[in-house]
Amino acid sequence: MFRIVRKERLNQAVVLFEIEAPFIAAKARAGQFVIVRANEQGERVPFTIADYDAERGTITIIIQVIGGTTMELDRLGVGDCIKDVAGPLGVATEYGDAKRVAVVGGGVGCAIAYPQAKELTKLGAEVDMIAGFRNKDIIILENEMRAVSKELHICTDDGSYGTKGFVTDKLEELFNLGKKFDLVIAIGPVIMMKFICAVTKKYGIKTIVSLNPIMIDGTGMCGCCRVTVGGKVRYACVEGPDFDGHQVDFDELIRRNGAYKEHEKDHVCRLTGGVRNG
Amino acid sequence: MADMSLKKTPVAEQDPKVRARNFDEVTLGYTAEQAMQEAERCLNCKNRPCMQGCPVGVRIPEFIEKVREGDFAAAYDIIKSTNSLPAVCGRVCPQENQCEGKCVRGIKGEPVGIGRLERFCADYMADKQVQTEKPEPNGHKAAVIGAGPSGLTCAGDLAKLGYDVTVFEAFHTAGGVLSYGIPEFRLPKAIVAAEVENLKKAGVKIMTDMVIGKVFSIDELYDKGYEAVFIGSGAGLPRFMGIEGETLVGVYSANEYLTRINLMKAYKDDHPTPIKNSRSVAVVGGGNVAMDAARSAMRLGAEHVYIVYRRSMEELPARREEVNHAVEEGVEFLTLRNPKAVIGDDEGRVRALECIEMKLGEPDESGRRKPEAVEGSEFELECDTVIMALGTSPNPMLRATTPGLDTDRRGCLVVDENEMTTKDGVFAGGDAVTGAATVILAMGAGKKAAQSIDAYIKGKE
Ligand SMILES: Cc1cc2nc3c(=O)[nH]c(=O)nc-3n(C[C@H](O)[C@H](O)[C@H](O)COP(=O)(O)OP(=O)(O)OC[C@H]3O[C@@H](n4cnc5c(N)ncnc54)[C@H](O)[C@@H]3O)c2cc1C
Ligand code: SF4
Ligand code: FES
Repeated sequence: MFRIVRKERLNQAVVLFEIEAPFIAAKARAGQFVIVRANEQGERVPFTIADYDAERGTITIIIQVIGGTTMELDRLGVGDCIKDVAGPLGVATEYGDAKRVAVVGGGVGCAIAYPQAKELTKLGAEVDMIAGFRNKDIIILENEMRAVSKELHICTDDGSYGTKGFVTDKLEELFNLGKKFDLVIAIGPVIMMKFICAVTKKYGIKTIVSLNPIMIDGTGMCGCCRVTVGGKVRYACVEGPDFDGHQVDFDELIRRNGAYKEHEKDHVCRLTGGVRNG
Repeated sequence: MADMSLKKTPVAEQDPKVRARNFDEVTLGYTAEQAMQEAERCLNCKNRPCMQGCPVGVRIPEFIEKVREGDFAAAYDIIKSTNSLPAVCGRVCPQENQCEGKCVRGIKGEPVGIGRLERFCADYMADKQVQTEKPEPNGHKAAVIGAGPSGLTCAGDLAKLGYDVTVFEAFHTAGGVLSYGIPEFRLPKAIVAAEVENLKKAGVKIMTDMVIGKVFSIDELYDKGYEAVFIGSGAGLPRFMGIEGETLVGVYSANEYLTRINLMKAYKDDHPTPIKNSRSVAVVGGGNVAMDAARSAMRLGAEHVYIVYRRSMEELPARREEVNHAVEEGVEFLTLRNPKAVIGDDEGRVRALECIEMKLGEPDESGRRKPEAVEGSEFELECDTVIMALGTSPNPMLRATTPGLDTDRRGCLVVDENEMTTKDGVFAGGDAVTGAATVILAMGAGKKAAQSIDAYIKGKE
């Protein structure tokens, strides 16, 4: 059992949980994930580790409440226990020797883009962040993101805050202003990652994306998480979740993530909203 | 005088038409009277040929003698003294190749129903278990990776010897394939859970949600005071064919399909894990896993379930009993057919499986006749779901995170005659060593490893 020590609502639909999981906290690295089961009947759902604190023995996950497991989790409060948390799974993000990095987050994906920016800044890289949201009301982690980036650009679809427009436009604008990056990290809805990669490919800049296929075991046993990267089938749970964005077949991932959309309405949101819950 | 009838005492089964649509157990098991009657067929042979067929050396004629006398508790104790999971083995062991395959009564007629008797004893005692007493702790610690039959057996035997044993299991539930692979209708999960509870009562600690290689490395287990480690991590990653269309929506590995059903209970309304509502399902492969997947698909309500297998009915590697059950339940066998591609619709969902007809040529190294494609015989098998049941290849996770742990060409862990790996103090057994095999062989390996671990640790004192 994994006790919740902090619960914070970041916006109407996005909730942060800090969970006691000392073994995982001691091993976790940016880019890895855990598989969570809310209760005895629950589904196994992957969530990226948004933060970890080996000393406190806790990890943080940030979830968008869209039904199913996420609603079950949202019913829990501080002091309650989550039935199962297994990890840290997947391979930690490999930054190479990137010095100038653009980290792009979309919606709740910013919750995972943020620790990447934090890690990179800690490693001495210069980081610009672009964070996209539908509107002003759902902006999360603004101060935190600002603290770990040289420049933070917030975009909203409706222009209610920051720049009006998509993160792709902002990134392209930065390129046109002559900004040089040797790495782009994009984390958000699949469709956003797809379009970011289309832009960075044009400019020939290496791009890492963090994929969110449906998973079960998270250890390579079922093959449910297979994605096509560079024409080859890869298991995202053990070989990912990070991949070279220029090689990923995003359309296939979108289709596979929609496999159960008739089964559960919330999967529709996986296609359109910033959902990162498997 | 023994009962000389040539046939086993029949056992009740659910009617095929009914059971094909439910997940309740297919075979219902003997009553006490039936068990005693079947026990009469045993000749109590002096040289005990049946025992030689048993990988864990159950003293078969002895326990059958007790069943004959109606002393079921004594019969159970005899079984239990060498087999820690009798309720499981009585159900899923391929007895026809083991004890029953060696039984002298099988020379003329059917062998004694040893498996059915074993199951009867275990079921009879299920609600009469006496409190198992914990042995004196011997002050030593051992770790077991994987709570499948090999790991559980190893842990159980070590606990009996007084070891402080912890089993680390990646999943949220113990049991390995017994929990996520073998379906409810062949092995009710309540039985697996009860066997696991018994082990816990005997002092075995089980920590679930612990993916070794990620949360701890094997070397870190030593740092935590474990003096020896047993790896029973199972068969590993599912194989796909490498044909076009295998990432379409509706293509599953048998592991995924069965895990959704057995472990996650996707067939129950109160469990949120989804599974496809299939109309027509093609299962590729001819082994036991393929039969389990096909029969599960049937139970989920598919109109057609096909087994697509490249050789003929005679070569099917699955147990005859399982094939018969599948046939009775309406599974359609498309033998001498091989898939060429999975074909999708506009939305990337499976629409059909393109197959080609095969014919059998000359026998290959394995002695089986080699299937050859019949040119120009391609056809489309209409289906909305394809399940690949083609076997597994070892999971590299532990090997990759453990320096000094050698694997063979196939990626299976290399062990010596004492089940010790190439890393000192690290032992292994079960599917992780042999590749996909059987529950009882995994248990046999776990048992042997427990003895070796004991000798290893005591040898260091
Ligand atoms: C569908 C199906 C049907 C079968 N039917 C039969 C049958 O009727 N009769 C029969 O005799 N055999 C049958 N088998 C084969 C039999 O189940 C296996 O041979 C047996 O379970 C192997 O036992 P094991 O202990 O080696 O591994 P497993 O049962 O595979 O258990 C391994 C365990 O280790 C865990 N694990 C793996 N890696 C790690 C890690 N890094 N850290 C922690 N834990 C880890 C896994 O989660 C798993 O729980 C069947 C197999 C399948 C798939
Ligand atoms: S071989 Fe058959 S008849 Fe002989 S002791 Fe064993 S079970 Fe009984
Ligand atoms: S989630 Fe099962 S193999 Fe990746």
